[in-house]
Amino acid sequence: MDLWNEILEALKKNKLRTFLTGFSVAWGIFMLIVLLGAGNGLKNGVMQNFEGESTNAVFMWPGTTTKTFEGLQKGRNIKFTDADLFLLQNQMPNIDKAVAVININNTTLSHGKEYGSYTLKGVNESYISIENIKMVPGFGRFINQLDLNENRKVMIISKRMSEVLFKDINPVGQYINAGKIVYQVVGVYTSKRAEDSRDGLIPFSTAQSIYNFEKDGYGNLEITVSGLTTEKENKDYEQLIRNRMGRLHSFDPTDNRALWIWNKLQSFMQTMGIFNAINLFLWIIGIGTLIAGIVGVSNIMLITVKERTKEFGIRKAIGASPLSILKLIVLESILITSSFGYMGMSAGILLTEGINYAIVQNTPPDAEMSIFANPTVDIDIAIYATLLLILAGVLAGYFPAKKAVSIKPIEALHYE
Amino acid sequence: MIVLENVNKTYNNGAPLHVLKGIDLTIEKGDFVSIMGSSGSGKSTLLNILGILDNYDTGDYWLNGKLIKNLSETKSAEYRNKMIGFIFQSFNLISFKNAMENVALPLYYQNIPRKKRNAIALEYLERLGLKDWATHLPNQLSGGQKQRVAIARALISQPQIILADEPTGALDSVTSEEVMNILREVNGQGMTMILVTHEPEIAAQTQRIIRLKDGVIE
Repeated sequence: MDLWNEILEALKKNKLRTFLTGFSVAWGIFMLIVLLGAGNGLKNGVMQNFEGESTNAVFMWPGTTTKTFEGLQKGRNIKFTDADLFLLQNQMPNIDKAVAVININNTTLSHGKEYGSYTLKGVNESYISIENIKMVPGFGRFINQLDLNENRKVMIISKRMSEVLFKDINPVGQYINAGKIVYQVVGVYTSKRAEDSRDGLIPFSTAQSIYNFEKDGYGNLEITVSGLTTEKENKDYEQLIRNRMGRLHSFDPTDNRALWIWNKLQSFMQTMGIFNAINLFLWIIGIGTLIAGIVGVSNIMLITVKERTKEFGIRKAIGASPLSILKLIVLESILITSSFGYMGMSAGILLTEGINYAIVQNTPPDAEMSIFANPTVDIDIAIYATLLLILAGVLAGYFPAKKAVSIKPIEALHYE
Repeated sequence: MIVLENVNKTYNNGAPLHVLKGIDLTIEKGDFVSIMGSSGSGKSTLLNILGILDNYDTGDYWLNGKLIKNLSETKSAEYRNKMIGFIFQSFNLISFKNAMENVALPLYYQNIPRKKRNAIALEYLERLGLKDWATHLPNQLSGGQKQRVAIARALISQPQIILADEPTGALDSVTSEEVMNILREVNGQGMTMILVTHEPEIAAQTQRIIRLKDGVIE
């Protein structure tokens, strides 16, 4: 307690110097918090776009073999059939849902005078969760089991298609011409990944019964898997798919062009990897700024020590031990760095929380795309920063303190 | 009380300078001694060694029965705090502390609580007639007053000896007389007092004069 009084007395004597010293640290920690907050904002924003998506989805497209296999030539087209769907649904581990998609490309859809060229996709009711598309509230429903059972001629269109074909009227209940076939629109969907989607979704069974897709087979296969957490597990799983399907279609499991696989979880993990790198980068910049502040404190403490040489000489002559001098300087340094650092940290947190508040206030609840959200730092960052500040204080004070300790009392007393 | 046996001290700044050449000296408790000598005679060095502010090369220095030799900085700080009171020519008060806090500072290093040490400091200031000036900063005090504050600071830890380095050097003759009266009075109460001066009239007021010349006692 007495020691703090001694320190506060000396600091009060030099208010301007104390302020200038502290300001550099306050600025450093302020920058650190703001930078990390911005990094978090970017990360959270992108995370929000992933959010709710079944990030464990794997998509497969048929390809063309590029390697000979068991006497078969290369250049064969692979065709997805019911056997593939059966394999995925019944013979693969970790599968939650598996769907096949029938693509009917370049279909002209029209309503009244408006028309456009779109792709029809035959899908079942699991498609909505695998693709993570959302129904626009108040605009109908997705394909259901009844549609599939009865081969109903219904269609779910995208928001963009609705704007083109129906302008301002509500398309639900309206009819769309697709060549000779008429579909009734039963819903409008939207998706974060593809706002301008040109896919009209129809029941899988309807597509099967109306269109002749047998030549090309199913357009693609989509599955959701669970229990794969590491990058290696994902890689292994992809290989397992290649092995099994390779056996089914007689292609080389190492022939990556025979079967195209896009694993969303893996790209999710890669994206997260980028953000970790950005975060690391921001830490380095932030800490760099902080170090500049610390060096500033250390520098000014050195000058302080020089200015107070005589005082330390007097203190030593009347019985101050080297340790007590050391404590005096180091604690003074810690006091400056941690109190000003706290101010900087509070200011930084205030700013980031303020920005967050502004963002929350100004974002409509049904906003589809975000790249910046919740730019705040966690409490554990604040704790790290506090520890960092104390460490900074010790570092900034140590060398000046060593210098003060090394002053010989006789020299100090004659110092003017 | 103080015994020096064949104390030698050499400074090694470039060319070695043999400052003290075998000093033998005995000072008894309650003595009032002055050390005289021209500049370069080694009197300041001798005082620094007596005050444990500097070390010596060979010989022995006994203070109050304790051998003062090759002490750690911490130990010598402790001895200085408890056994020696310093009075300097330039007063050496801490500029941002008031008179009372300056006087109390040695007790701070004995871990005496603030209230208690300030109360003791006030007593000593009162003895030296400065009670009304207790809350003044050094730059608000006259030279004589500053030196009296310094004397109070030297006395407060009840040391074995008081070392005064030209205590009147920065004072006019009237104030010098005042300060010498105080020092004599303190000595009269049994305090051992060693005073370094180059003024013969000041030295004349002490009981014993030690004259140094070229590092030896004449």
